Amino acid sequence: MKAVVTVMLKAGVLDPQGKAIAHALGTLGFAGVEDVRAGKILEIEMSETDPVKAKAAAEEMARKLLANTVIESFRVSVEG
Amino acid sequence: MKAGIVIFPGINRERDMVIALEASFGVKPKMVWHKDTDVSGLDLIVIPGGFSFGDYLRCGAMAAQSPIMHAVKAHADRGGYILGVCNGFQILTEAGILPGALLRNASLRFLSMDCHLRVERADTVFTRQYQTGQTFRSVMAHGDGNYFADTATLDRLEGNNLVALRYATKAGDITPEVNLNGSAHSIAGILSPNLRVLGLMPHPEDLVDPMMGGADGKPLFDALAAA
Repeated sequence: MKAVVTVMLKAGVLDPQGKAIAHALGTLGFAGVEDVRAGKILEIEMSETDPVKAKAAAEEMARKLLANTVIESFRVSVEG
Repeated sequence: MKAGIVIFPGINRERDMVIALEASFGVKPKMVWHKDTDVSGLDLIVIPGGFSFGDYLRCGAMAAQSPIMHAVKAHADRGGYILGVCNGFQILTEAGILPGALLRNASLRFLSMDCHLRVERADTVFTRQYQTGQTFRSVMAHGDGNYFADTATLDRLEGNNLVALRYATKAGDITPEVNLNGSAHSIAGILSPNLRVLGLMPHPEDLVDPMMGGADGKPLFDALAAA
């Protein structure tokens, strides 16, 4: 199975990278961009075939390493 | 006090730290590789600056999972002394030994320049050769030095007087203009509740000899050597 872990800075944590991207989009003429938040996506290929177990394992990985829960939140989805 | 320096792949400031420690301690510090698991015999563990594991994922995230960090945590739990500078500070927060996190500089720029630090308390083993309220010159060289913690953590740090150093003007004023990385409360360095762990972003080891352009950081190492 493949687990997809999306890691984003928590609301309230300043995201200067997102701010810079939003500014650049405005400069390029894209009107109406109110805010941009930048994060990361990790795709994890797993030998596990049970989606429930795969999701639980990916969540443990996120808590231990992939996300720093002081500043980041994460969500996990699994794909066949 | 016997000092050791922990080395991770990608750390590149360990030799500056050796110079600073040797100048004050009179003996070379022990070098400890990150795959080692034993820090016995050491009173002070120093985690120097650099780019451990290429700063992949997050600064310090990989290093915090290295085998040696179990021994470093146990050393902290025993009341041992730990100094983390720059990447070392990031590693200590990622390992949960110090609270908070270091975010990308608010300007998005890598900052490589002098700064002034105001000593917030001079009754610690790290700062006792300075005076409370005194400023000293230091050097910053980081892309991710923007100290962040939630409001409750900041309140606890301030309430328990655990902020060791703040970015300040030479005269000691705390202003947004000299808080170049955007740190919460202008925090440059924090202490553990038992005052035995110090993490800071700037590099006191860069100024320990007039030949380096100044010795403003030397009192920190002299104080440790005398402990």
